[in-house]
Amino acid sequence: MLTFIIRRLLLAIPTLLFISLVIFLLLEASPGDPLGDVPLTVPPEVRERMRAALGLGEPWPIRYLLWLKQFFWVEPLYWTDRWFGTSFSEGMQRIVSFQSRSPVFDVIAQRLPQTLTVVGMSYVVGVLIAIPIGILSAYRQYSLFDQIGTFISMVGFSMPTFFTGVVLIIVFAVNLQWFPSVYDTTLVVRDWDSFLAQARQMVMPVTVLALYNAAQISRFMRSSMLDNLSQDYIRTARAKGLSERKVVLKHALRNSLIPVVTVIALGLPAVFGGAIITEQVFRVNGLGQLLISSIYANDIPMVMTLTFIFAILIVVFTLIADILYGVLDPRIRYD
Amino acid sequence: MTEPQRPTPDVTSAAGATNPAALSSAVMAVNNENHRSQWSDIWRQFRRHRGAMVALTVFGGIILFVSIGPLIWRIDPTYVDIRARNQGFSLAHPLGTDQLGRDLLARLMAGGRVSIAVGLTAMIIAIFLGSLIGVLSGYFRRLDAPLMRMTELFLALPLLPLLLLMVTLFREPLSQNFGSAFGMFLLIVTAIGATSWMQAARIVRGEVLGLKEREFILAARSIGTPAHRLILRHVLPNVMSPIMVAATLGIATAIITESALSFLGLGFPPDFPTWGRLLFDAVDQMVLYPWRVIFPGLLISLTVLCVNYIGDGLRDAMDPRIRGR
Amino acid sequence: MRLKTVLMGAAATLVMAPAAMAERGRDGQLNMILWQAPSTMNPYLSGGTKEMIASSLTLEPLAGFDAQGNMYPRLAAELPSLENGGIAEDLRSVTWKLRDDVKWSDGTDFTADDVVFTAEYCMHPEGGCSQLAKFEGVASVEAIDPHTVRINFTEPRPDPFTAFVGSQTPILQKAQFQNCLGADAPTCTEQNFNPIGTGGFRVTQFLTNDTISLEANPEYRDPAKPAFATVLVKGGGDAAGAARSVLETGEFDYAWNTQLAPDVIAGMVAAGRGQVSAAFGSLVERIHVNLTDPSSSLPADERSTRAHPHPFLSDPAVRRALSMAIDRELLVEIGYGTAGQPTCNYVPAPEAWASDNTECLTQDIEGANALLDEAGWVRGPNGIRAKDGVELRMLFQTSVNAVRQDFQALIKQWWSEIGIETELKTIDASVFFGSDAGSPDTLQKFYADVQMYADNFDGVNPTAYLSKFTCNKAPSPANQWQGENISRFCDEEYDRLVSELGTIIDPEERAAMGRRMNDMLTKDSNAIIPLVYRGTASAHSNSLGGVELNAWDSEIWNAVDWYRIPQ
Repeated sequence: MLTFIIRRLLLAIPTLLFISLVIFLLLEASPGDPLGDVPLTVPPEVRERMRAALGLGEPWPIRYLLWLKQFFWVEPLYWTDRWFGTSFSEGMQRIVSFQSRSPVFDVIAQRLPQTLTVVGMSYVVGVLIAIPIGILSAYRQYSLFDQIGTFISMVGFSMPTFFTGVVLIIVFAVNLQWFPSVYDTTLVVRDWDSFLAQARQMVMPVTVLALYNAAQISRFMRSSMLDNLSQDYIRTARAKGLSERKVVLKHALRNSLIPVVTVIALGLPAVFGGAIITEQVFRVNGLGQLLISSIYANDIPMVMTLTFIFAILIVVFTLIADILYGVLDPRIRYD
Repeated sequence: MTEPQRPTPDVTSAAGATNPAALSSAVMAVNNENHRSQWSDIWRQFRRHRGAMVALTVFGGIILFVSIGPLIWRIDPTYVDIRARNQGFSLAHPLGTDQLGRDLLARLMAGGRVSIAVGLTAMIIAIFLGSLIGVLSGYFRRLDAPLMRMTELFLALPLLPLLLLMVTLFREPLSQNFGSAFGMFLLIVTAIGATSWMQAARIVRGEVLGLKEREFILAARSIGTPAHRLILRHVLPNVMSPIMVAATLGIATAIITESALSFLGLGFPPDFPTWGRLLFDAVDQMVLYPWRVIFPGLLISLTVLCVNYIGDGLRDAMDPRIRGR
Repeated sequence: MRLKTVLMGAAATLVMAPAAMAERGRDGQLNMILWQAPSTMNPYLSGGTKEMIASSLTLEPLAGFDAQGNMYPRLAAELPSLENGGIAEDLRSVTWKLRDDVKWSDGTDFTADDVVFTAEYCMHPEGGCSQLAKFEGVASVEAIDPHTVRINFTEPRPDPFTAFVGSQTPILQKAQFQNCLGADAPTCTEQNFNPIGTGGFRVTQFLTNDTISLEANPEYRDPAKPAFATVLVKGGGDAAGAARSVLETGEFDYAWNTQLAPDVIAGMVAAGRGQVSAAFGSLVERIHVNLTDPSSSLPADERSTRAHPHPFLSDPAVRRALSMAIDRELLVEIGYGTAGQPTCNYVPAPEAWASDNTECLTQDIEGANALLDEAGWVRGPNGIRAKDGVELRMLFQTSVNAVRQDFQALIKQWWSEIGIETELKTIDASVFFGSDAGSPDTLQKFYADVQMYADNFDGVNPTAYLSKFTCNKAPSPANQWQGENISRFCDEEYDRLVSELGTIIDPEERAAMGRRMNDMLTKDSNAIIPLVYRGTASAHSNSLGGVELNAWDSEIWNAVDWYRIPQ
């Protein structure tokens, strides 16, 4: 297993370099202009100057290599300096966003807390709801519980968040006035009151996202459980006189987790990626909103850095999923 | 890691016949003098699944509504009748009109055609690609690394710039060769299909990895079954249920993604209705004219629910272990 | 958030109660929502309207425009004129007298050096300053004494009020920005996010594209202002959400650019918490007609260029019929309500420049049909008109925007009634308004027959705006598709008027010539079909007093005068 992990980690380096090149070329080739947001009152000659100041005059291989150097060399040095008080990165240019002209990692660090709390919390809630529902639905297939669960999860999944989010705002923020419709990112949790305020402003976005995530995971959980509950080994286990609880939760569940682990492992990097629409609707302004607004503004350094971090997370989490497969089913071996 | 309490395979089932599907069809072929084909057997089983039958009827109804409906209700969905705007339910406009006086019933019918066609086609493309790549990389160790690295690449690509690029490159050639509506349709389903197969691939691969070490596969391989037959007869039937779930969820995603494309100007021409777009356009007016969001929302949910139940029914019908239960 | 507002308000009232009413910071917190979130506080780096509005809370120019479009001094003691000697006789320089009671928010004095520095900052060749056009023709800026500054021009300038007039070109503090010149501009994140200003507020926390927190500037020259102690500027979401948070939930006091369908706005206003008002500047939503052939069968470097005239839009009768078939009143009613007026003008304001051109305001489908019949365009069996084998089929493109899509559908319908078939196309705004020469879908490439968008000019002088339509400014491969003459309009007479316009000194005469040029572009040639004179709509709460929208300068130009109306 250890050699497998080491091999995969080594293979990850060229993979990630290749992914970064593809992303860069994609952003280069896709239509759009970092100056698209500049009013038409600014004449073409001035636009040309602005473009040159953004470094867009250089040919793309140079800009790509510069980005690589900044990402893998300057930024680590900078953060080392920040933490240990050294000064290795003195005079080096960090990755700078086209939109705000500020270092992209500072902006990401600003945005990370609200994304992790809102999107991360919704994911945890979603998984915690989905797994028991999936198990129970499969165990009591076609019971009333299963039917209701199926109905809610399918409706929950087919209703886009731009719709459910606005419905919640109209009901709970406009009519009932229970929760704020705008997320306050400057709120600092210091005491009980601010904690309550934080909880109140998280309720609606977390609900919307958790519903969406839970719907998906519970469907996979249910179908996989159904497959395993009808297997011969379950019959054997029951025949051996094991308790029903042990049969379901130990034998059937363990073997049913592989697709669920896959789905969750693919979903966790997405937590970092934020929830584009939900963040917009509730104005959480996390990483999802940052990514989408940077894409609209053709802020290439920002989009490039965000998607690349996202790619690293994907590579890491698929590796974790692969390792978990082996834990869940020892027959799966990679060497 | 302790040795897990792995259930030992049932001793009564001989190793060679552990593939349940193969076993039961063999048994059935012996038992049944009439020798019904496997498909009619599945259909017989399917009919006994009440939820699936209801869903099939409703889905048939929706298909009729969007295909035959426009032949009966002949108002042009893009016709602007500005004097009749924002009307409620009436005889002339059974479901009312939108902010430009376009007939909502006609728009729902026309929109459904596109949404269902896009949803189904894009889902089929995604599931086909996903299953293919998943099975290949799970089954053949040599293909695993390259295919999975490619999957990671696709997972990492930012979707919006990719779609923008695809549309810029292919919009004109496609609409010249296939006409503007069909060309756009091809572009959209390919774009959605080509960017949403990764989850299915990862799931199928995970299942296949475990499956190929199971006794019945080892047995089939030991008697020299060629790889393609082994995959089609023994591996695929056993990964059907996660594929079915992914397919059901895929339809919903495709319908919504199509509407998301149109906010970027990437979808069909702007006066061309689809369910997703009808829903999105009406969100701002939700308080004033709630039915404008309710109808398209209802139809999307209904379609997805139907597909889900039909999928459940099919899964049950195709699983010989619960057939006849 | 609401609770916090209430608490802050209560705290402020408690503290301030014994003091006189006119005390700085007496009204607690002001919550604003700019849903298109500002990315920096330095307008010289971004050029976007949202950044200009946000920075106007902190930074000030020498002079600004009031809500009526009249210039008034801000950091200047008086407006320079020929009478007071501020404007030189030869029109080659302008001398500004500065106020001597102004302090930066860090307590240091504001001097002429800061003005000189700001010019140097923007005119630096490597800086990529977005307001460089305002400094065009500026030879030098020199400090005569600490409170007098002179701007020298390379040639006589009838209108010297471009640089340092209006919130696009405010004064930066030299002490803060002196290491940020040229290529060093991006290293100055701290300065760009927290500029030291002379305005009513100063930044306490800047989260880019998200939230700006500000507090009253303790050094502000009027001790009674601003009434608000703190300001929170929140970004994100969309126009509907922003309007809702002011009009329905009351969480915010002010929302910028709440462009929504009139009935949606009316529904929200009915909640009784606030209102929506509009300010009219020079923004006109219009259709540009492509006078050249955009056909994809042409070679890439000849498509949409003057090498090939348009097969049917080069016929003036067709263009005129397109304009006549449109009911502009209805467009306003559907799309803009009180935030729009029907117009036939390319330059709708200032008053002296606006032509009395109103004949397009009444829709005339019959007349348009008759005109096309007369011009020899005959209806075919499919109802589409044709002449010499050329059918009237057009591609109509615009950016993604709910109102524009409604307009497209309506106009398509009217044009079908005069026998013209229209195919609609929408393009993502960042692609459409971007000028990426590699993209086929930009405004400048114009690979369509007609396109719709809105444009305006800064300040009150439309000279540059009118100068866009000279023959040599037509976008083409020769200028990397960067020209501004979108319609590819070309008329020698017009070119001659453009070159004359810059030399006329008498404002009356200039305006008259501008009106004539406006008519040439619109009613004479119909190369541009104006539709709606648009205002920018903004929502504000009923408890917010002093709001006076301004379309000639930053919309929140007088935020220091805003106050809380006791409910």
